[in-house]
Amino acid sequence: MRIELNINSRKVCADIDPDMTLQKFLREKKYYSVKCGCETSNCGACSVLLDGKPVLSCSVLAVRAQGYRIETLEGLKEEAEEIGAFIADEGADQCGFCNPGFMIAAIALFREDPEPSDEKIRIYLSGNLCRCSGYEGQMRGLIKYRDQRRTA
Amino acid sequence: MKELKTVNKPVRKKDAMQLLTGQPVYTDDLIKEPCLIIKLLRSPHANAIVKEIHTEKALALEGIEAVFTYKDIDQDQERYTIAGTSFPEFAPYDRLIIDRHVRYVGDVVAIVVGKDEKTVGKAMKLIDVEYEVLDAVLDFRQALDNKTIVHPESNWKLPVDTGADVKRNLLAKESSSMGDIDEVLKKCRYVVDRTYHTKATQQCHMEPFTTFCEIDPYGRLHITSSTQIVFHIRHIVANALHIPKSMIRVSKPRVGGGFGAKQTAVSEVYAAFVCYRLKKACKLVFTRKECFTASSPRHEMQMHVRIGADENGIIKGIDLHTLSNTGAYGEHGPTTVGLSGHKSIPLYGKQEAYRFTGEVVYTNHMSSGAYRGFGATQGLFAVESAVNELASLMNTDPIELRLKNIVKEGEIMPAYFNEPLTSCTLDKCLIRAGEMIGWKEKGQRRILDNGKIRSLGVAIAMQGSGISAVDVGSATLKLNEGGFYSLIVGSADMGTGSDTTLSQVAAEVLDCDLDHIQVFSADTDISPYDSGSYASSTAYVTGKAVERCAMKLREKIIKAGAKTLECDPEKCEFDGNTVFCEDKAVSLIDIAYTSMVFNNEALEVSVSNSSPTSPPPFMAGTCELETDPETGECKVIEYAGVVDCGTPLNPNLTRIQTEGGIMQGIGMALSEDISYGVKGNVIENSFMEYKIPTRMDVGKISVEFEPSYEDLGPFGAKSIGEVVINTTAPAIQEAVYQACGKRFYELPIKAEDIALAKDREEK
Repeated sequence: MRIELNINSRKVCADIDPDMTLQKFLREKKYYSVKCGCETSNCGACSVLLDGKPVLSCSVLAVRAQGYRIETLEGLKEEAEEIGAFIADEGADQCGFCNPGFMIAAIALFREDPEPSDEKIRIYLSGNLCRCSGYEGQMRGLIKYRDQRRTA
Repeated sequence: MKELKTVNKPVRKKDAMQLLTGQPVYTDDLIKEPCLIIKLLRSPHANAIVKEIHTEKALALEGIEAVFTYKDIDQDQERYTIAGTSFPEFAPYDRLIIDRHVRYVGDVVAIVVGKDEKTVGKAMKLIDVEYEVLDAVLDFRQALDNKTIVHPESNWKLPVDTGADVKRNLLAKESSSMGDIDEVLKKCRYVVDRTYHTKATQQCHMEPFTTFCEIDPYGRLHITSSTQIVFHIRHIVANALHIPKSMIRVSKPRVGGGFGAKQTAVSEVYAAFVCYRLKKACKLVFTRKECFTASSPRHEMQMHVRIGADENGIIKGIDLHTLSNTGAYGEHGPTTVGLSGHKSIPLYGKQEAYRFTGEVVYTNHMSSGAYRGFGATQGLFAVESAVNELASLMNTDPIELRLKNIVKEGEIMPAYFNEPLTSCTLDKCLIRAGEMIGWKEKGQRRILDNGKIRSLGVAIAMQGSGISAVDVGSATLKLNEGGFYSLIVGSADMGTGSDTTLSQVAAEVLDCDLDHIQVFSADTDISPYDSGSYASSTAYVTGKAVERCAMKLREKIIKAGAKTLECDPEKCEFDGNTVFCEDKAVSLIDIAYTSMVFNNEALEVSVSNSSPTSPPPFMAGTCELETDPETGECKVIEYAGVVDCGTPLNPNLTRIQTEGGIMQGIGMALSEDISYGVKGNVIENSFMEYKIPTRMDVGKISVEFEPSYEDLGPFGAKSIGEVVINTTAPAIQEAVYQACGKRFYELPIKAEDIALAKDREEK
């Protein structure tokens, strides 16, 4: 079937099978920031924004994403660099494989609530698994980012 | 000592911003089209012979390129191992690419190749396999002398004698001892005699096993893979395909985590085989289910510990016997078991006798491999839990008991190959870890107003820094136009940041900004030889190679400068930018230019480094748990870890390593489980069932360092990567005991176990 998607403000048309997931479609179109870490909607590595809300692209059919604004990290470079710098300063990027999904969730969080509490950060990002960092470094980075914005 | 400018500084990882902005840097992001897709049809039986396999229907499907079965593999040829280890290999040659005899649920029955995932998936369903199902060995305690022999084949081979007797399912055995342990324990006033059981656990690197293969412009096989061991992969693939090593090139791009899993060629051989046969580019990406069921997890072990102390609380001897389950194939089985003893027993320095014995058996489980800690984690769970129980028995404080007994700098460690302990601050680590958790103020057990119980636990640990007298790390450094350097290594940064820490070492020696060091790793055609990134070797072994290499390049630069200045190199100095001789000077940029014009001396150096010893890093860990006695739910409130890794080369990265290790240890202690169904299938085959800690589960992790200075390491550094996982499980086990009064001898300790134990007690 033919679909027309809005990805990072660009129109992308394709003929696809109806059962194709958005995750597979985005990778096929070379949006490589979108990772596959599980296939069971557990890890968060495939997160993208759908009309600004973070979703697991492995659990959304590509065809269902029609009519929504899809954003991958490729389209969010500025925000990713701004927040990412604080993660980098903690060394918490580590292997990096979970980073794009984590960054998507972090960007969505700070758009939604510019001053989230520590607890809110933890809960909001709880669906993004990381096996390297023990999460503490990511938390330190996000807390510093939040506090720096507060004083800026 | 000169003040450090780059080493020991918390600089950013060189690749950080690329990773954080989601750039395409992993194997599956770098494939070239057209690329065939490979999937593996796997056995549903734990032990079976493929009687017949029908592939015609699958092959008839449009878009299917090939289906390989055992019929495509000479079953009598020499077998191979997929373990990444140095020569001579302690791993048995017990694999065929496709074996007619399948030995675990998940063993490969057919390799299916086609144009896309969907077509290949369809083809898999069209393959008919008839099996002759055999009895399987599903309990490793009953493997030895079982009537079922896991490897009955005549071409099973052992490159090095491990004491194996394959007809008994015995893959390896070893023993070491000092004094008469039975006699010493007999005289001890206090003896703890317990058996512990740790199950297999999964590394859970977020990037699945992924390999891409293509034929390069010279007709050679080029493997790009998510691996920790490019050089060993070349060796393994050559053995498996029976082709010359010269025909193979292996590169690794960014690796999305390894933790040891990628020290084994889990995915590479299949992709290499297909590419070499078809002469077409292809890729194999494991599903997460495959990562859970057909991979290379931690060895399941059963450890029998006897530990004794005299009336003064001096630990007189430890007797440890370990039974290890290698699963269906040998791989790292013979090398892991020893660490359960060699990296636990030496922690206690006043022993008059010790004994370690170990046996490794084949079963029809998924094959085990390398996972952070590599046997030491299991051994330390047993020994440290026993030490905590000993303290209870003696009615003494477990921190005090340890402070009285731990090994000290300057001592010889008989159970650690008689190596001298050249650097150690374990005593300080232990004291500080106690302070951080509030050990004295809080006491080991207190009941909160809401009825929940807060309890404390403690454990200590060691590891090694590389494999003594085996591991080789190398570095090439060259000066380039403009005065920047290329650092080329063969170790694999799998997310640890080793590319950056190694660059810090080079920058320190060469007196330059970190930005002036451009680093490359790892490619068998380009990098100087490196055993690979495992056994806690990179910072210590490769790091020292970088330091020595940079020193040599410094000398060369000074010599080149002296030549330009027409003076004696002995009288020249180099400050990183300029070579001076009295009042004359030449810049590094000019020296670099000079090397590019009418020059016969390359401004390039390669150095290999090995270490005769493996200086252990140490760690002390304390934890505070909160247990709900009604439900058994048990949460880590805080975990405090204090580490002696010598000089932390990059304090940010050593901290994150420690936090990550503790987090994995929390999973191992409380939630991560691999259990097998009656047919021998792994039950926990997704993140739904295999529960790694989320950020809601780890509580607060506090980390500090008590640096020692290891003379043999680069700028005093020892390893960090593995030791950090080892204290968590025994410290939590102790805290659980303090909370509920029951000691658990098997991991993980789940809420339901705690709740049920209490119920049983009440009945």
